[in-house]
Amino acid sequence: MKIFHAMGLTLLLILATLSSSGAAEADLRAIIAKFATVTDFSQTGAVVQELAATSDRAVERPLAALADGNLYIRMADSMVFIGKEGDENVQLFDPLSGEAAGEASPDDLTQIGVNNTLRRTIRDALGTLTLGSKDPTVRIAAADTMFKTPDAANIQPLDVAIAGETVASVKALLEQARAASILVSDQPYADKLAAIAVIGARGDRNAVSLLTFVEANASGDVKEAATAAIASINSTLAIWDAGQNIWYGISLGSVLLLAAIGLAITFGVMGVINMAHGEMVMLGAYTTFVVQQVIRTSFPGLFDWSLIIALPLAFLVAAFVGLVIERGIIRFLYGRPLETLLATWGVSLILQQAVRSIFGPTNQEVGNPSWMSGSFAIGQLAITWNRLWILVFALTVFAVLLYLMKRTSWGLRMRAVTANRRMAASMGIRTPWVDALTFALGSGIAGIAGVALSQIDNVSPNLGRGYIIDSFMVVVFGGVGNLWGTLVGAFSLGIVNKFLEPYAGAVLGKIVVLVLIILFIQKRPRGLFALKGRAVEA
Amino acid sequence: MITGRFFAPGADRRIAITIFVLLAAAIIVPLLNLAVSPASAFYIPPYMVALTGKYLCYALLALSLDLVWGYCGILSLGHGAFFALGGYAMGMYLMRQIGSRGVYGNPVLPDFMVFLNYKELPWFWHGFDHFWFAALMVLAVPGLLAFVFGWFAFRSRVTGVYLSIITQAMTYALLLAFFRNDMGFGGNNGLTDFKDILGFNVQADATRSALFAASAVTLALAVFVTWAIVGSKYGKLLMAVRDAESRTRFLGWRAENVKLFAFTVSAVMAGIAGALYVPQVGIINPGEFEPSNSIEVVIWAAVGGRGTIVGPIIGALLVNAGKSWFTGVLPELWLFALGGLFVAVTLLLPKGIVGMWDSWRGNAGTPRAVPLADKAHTGAGLVSATSKPARSPARNPGEWSWSDPEPQAAE
Amino acid sequence: MSKSNTILYLDGVSVSFDGFRAINNLSLVLDKGEMRAIIGPNGAGKTTMMDIVTGKTRPDEGEVFFDGQVDLTRHDEAEIAMMGIGRKFQKPTVFESHSVEDNLMLALKGPRSIFPALFHRRFAAEARRIDEILGVIRLGDKRGDLAASLSHGQKQWLEIGMLLAQDPKLLLVDEPVAGMTDAETEETARLLRDIARDHSVIVVEHDMHFVRELGVKVTCLHEGSVLSEGTLDFVSADERVVEVYLGR
Repeated sequence: MKIFHAMGLTLLLILATLSSSGAAEADLRAIIAKFATVTDFSQTGAVVQELAATSDRAVERPLAALADGNLYIRMADSMVFIGKEGDENVQLFDPLSGEAAGEASPDDLTQIGVNNTLRRTIRDALGTLTLGSKDPTVRIAAADTMFKTPDAANIQPLDVAIAGETVASVKALLEQARAASILVSDQPYADKLAAIAVIGARGDRNAVSLLTFVEANASGDVKEAATAAIASINSTLAIWDAGQNIWYGISLGSVLLLAAIGLAITFGVMGVINMAHGEMVMLGAYTTFVVQQVIRTSFPGLFDWSLIIALPLAFLVAAFVGLVIERGIIRFLYGRPLETLLATWGVSLILQQAVRSIFGPTNQEVGNPSWMSGSFAIGQLAITWNRLWILVFALTVFAVLLYLMKRTSWGLRMRAVTANRRMAASMGIRTPWVDALTFALGSGIAGIAGVALSQIDNVSPNLGRGYIIDSFMVVVFGGVGNLWGTLVGAFSLGIVNKFLEPYAGAVLGKIVVLVLIILFIQKRPRGLFALKGRAVEA
Repeated sequence: MITGRFFAPGADRRIAITIFVLLAAAIIVPLLNLAVSPASAFYIPPYMVALTGKYLCYALLALSLDLVWGYCGILSLGHGAFFALGGYAMGMYLMRQIGSRGVYGNPVLPDFMVFLNYKELPWFWHGFDHFWFAALMVLAVPGLLAFVFGWFAFRSRVTGVYLSIITQAMTYALLLAFFRNDMGFGGNNGLTDFKDILGFNVQADATRSALFAASAVTLALAVFVTWAIVGSKYGKLLMAVRDAESRTRFLGWRAENVKLFAFTVSAVMAGIAGALYVPQVGIINPGEFEPSNSIEVVIWAAVGGRGTIVGPIIGALLVNAGKSWFTGVLPELWLFALGGLFVAVTLLLPKGIVGMWDSWRGNAGTPRAVPLADKAHTGAGLVSATSKPARSPARNPGEWSWSDPEPQAAE
Repeated sequence: MSKSNTILYLDGVSVSFDGFRAINNLSLVLDKGEMRAIIGPNGAGKTTMMDIVTGKTRPDEGEVFFDGQVDLTRHDEAEIAMMGIGRKFQKPTVFESHSVEDNLMLALKGPRSIFPALFHRRFAAEARRIDEILGVIRLGDKRGDLAASLSHGQKQWLEIGMLLAQDPKLLLVDEPVAGMTDAETEETARLLRDIARDHSVIVVEHDMHFVRELGVKVTCLHEGSVLSEGTLDFVSADERVVEVYLGR
């Protein structure tokens, strides 16, 4: 519990510094000066109470310092300072403003002593201060801290705060904190049972850990009630956990979709085995890196726009490289898929080594713009912004591509060439150009996938290696030549993977997924959404 | 009949020469290493013996791939895995031979198990203290894996690039598995610090020479076996399956069994190569399962010429000698060279060195014995028998099937 | 309809690919020893019917019986081939990297498992049979040549020769004279008539001249089912056949 106390105190302190107002500074200084005259702990306690009675948030700093044993008296002039021990001297800070006030030798200072009783007094004083804060977020945080560090002594200040609370959501939190405090107090059973009901209704992991503590230390009705409440919370949490796993799975699925979607064009639609696909992703990631470098050195204000600037550039870079590969190598190998596999593998080695020679073998630092940092919660779900944006981005790319393939004349030409090359050629479609541009499109999409993946993965020359096998698995699993199959394949593989992880661990889970796909291909060699019929067999 | 064919001119004589050269090397190289004074010009230093011994193992691996790729059209990207499994089986034997001489001095448990707090030997490590058992596992483990994998894959008619991709997935899954510490194969570090093999110090010059000789003799044997298989009626069937799989089915042959046999034999050969490799390099770790290793084997076979038996051996020796030279002199450029080799061979030299040689020599009276492996796939006609290799765009890029050309069923 | 004394019996067979009905309630009966010509426009389901008989495609519904009692829908290609159904593809399919002789050797009737093939020795009876077939298909002087070097018509014949080597009870022959000269066509017709003496044969062909030369019962397929059946004269007089296939 001691650690809890310390943690609680620190949190309260942080909150306390957020706002301050109230009584005249001179009055506070006068009270603080009294520390210089105290002779025992009870006198110190009296000064603490006096400070607390001012209801001024400014007193939180000296109080917290006192609790940590960092409040000093300079013997020369009986001034009170917050001290921070350095190598030789103690650095001094003003107790109210926290401004530096020189330093002094430890021999010239007296530390104001504290004991546990005194610490508790200070903590209560601080708790009362924050619970009474005008800012509801401070009150919520205070209630939260008190819930996590329940103490019988909190009941009284909480009662006061609850009576004065007007915001319903904050009031509920305060009541939960109070219930927690009741459970660790020696209040009657009936109160404790009511408290368990309140905490059970809270239904999160903190509630479970508190109730587990109660269950271990109580007996009779209270123990049973705690057990029942834990079971009930756990069953609710299991649903949230499943939800969280689905989210992780969807998130992984969106990464797989991004990595595989370019392949769905080159492999799925054109039938070209491009083993350098992963390197196109890598090129996109490095383009992002270069864009950010330029922005960092020349236009720091544009940093939040770096990804949006990188997107078209990454597309162009990867598409251009793809175009060169198609015109230079792949077009000589149509009809020989296994040779295409080998030649593009060679290209992937060259691209990797080229990037390694230019940028070095180590990971490059690619930053998150502010709108991609941080996270938020829905119920018990924790969702990070970068993952959410990547999901949105993956689906957008998918939708645009689908539109391009199904609704534009260019997509029509592309499909015509795939379906019947000779017929398409005789109708005036320039099939070599359609081939080249389709391949460039697939490569370009891999490039913009690289922009997104640079946000969550290490940007190194080996970046692409990690995605190539997964991408092929997704496309083959979903069914070659079917964009929707790729979508379903990516998300189902992602979700299955994340559901296996808790039971099998990350690596074994991945192995299981690979084995499952291998078995699946035995069952349906053409994937989930394969075309049927003679045309495919031939 | 076999002996008659053996001394016949043409490609069969080439096989005889290869076997003879390998057997001669098995005698001469150890002699030059052990019996000649280090000052002599003919002296072969021990590191050279170990290095060429390693190359011979690679050559055996390339030959094993050639049996399935060159003669049956199965581009396996999993032969590195069979190689590594054979290597691990041998490595386990060598680990058990260390006995109490390990760092922790445990008479039963290898060092890494003591380090990972194993209390007793995992069940699958039992028996590996006997050489005969380990030798059996060298054959059985890769063979069984290939049999089970092939049984599923060929039965459900997974062909062409699909098969390549799932063999790669298999290799990748094994890579991940062997990296795990709790698999009981030493995790990341693999198996190393070997002391003895069959009671001889693995570091000793004489042992190294013996291992070299063993590799050369095994390779010679493998060349003979492959040649015998390929020359039999079954071998003709194998190529028939490569060229027109459904035709063989409609003749009543079970194409899946034809492929399964070759795939399994090939995996066993790869496993033997791995087992010979490990004592010569002194370590086996999960890195051997890297999918890139398996693809590199393909380029050895391609450079030499697939479907030619001798070609993959030449290819493995050349590419690896090149690799040793490059990584010594210009390490930065090695991947450029290797990548360029992949591109150049597929574009300019689809039949490899030996295939090109045969084409160049024209109709040297061996059109039957040296089948043109890619005859059926080379829709573009990149290399004709008389003209020099020329790059020309494929006429009809879209017109190809996933597997080898099958009868076009269209009305 | 009785199945006895039939070599091939299809009743109510249907199969569809992604909603497209390639074969629609097809019924066809071939008596033992009969030769039948099948005609019909593109997409009529001729090749798909052969796929069903040889086990390449499974019908969605309907019965397919061989020799009156064997349910072909329960067997795969290799088993069906071993029972005695041989098939020639529309596009000649031979093993191009093997010699003509080896092509026939791989087709010869005999055990079809791996190990016998591995330790196979050619014996006299086999060599005699190959000589015989080479004589029939007139490729005796090409026996050592690679199949790839044969002309289109010679490949067709080699494939028919492979069928003969298989010694099947029923031969399915898909467009045997496509790309042949008139002389070759006549030759092929004679060859097939010879074969039909002791085999049951189904011939799919577009060449009416050739069909006439065969002089057998004709079945016209259209949109996956039988449109008309009878002598060539009867079928060519049928209004519907003229409408969809022969043209006016």
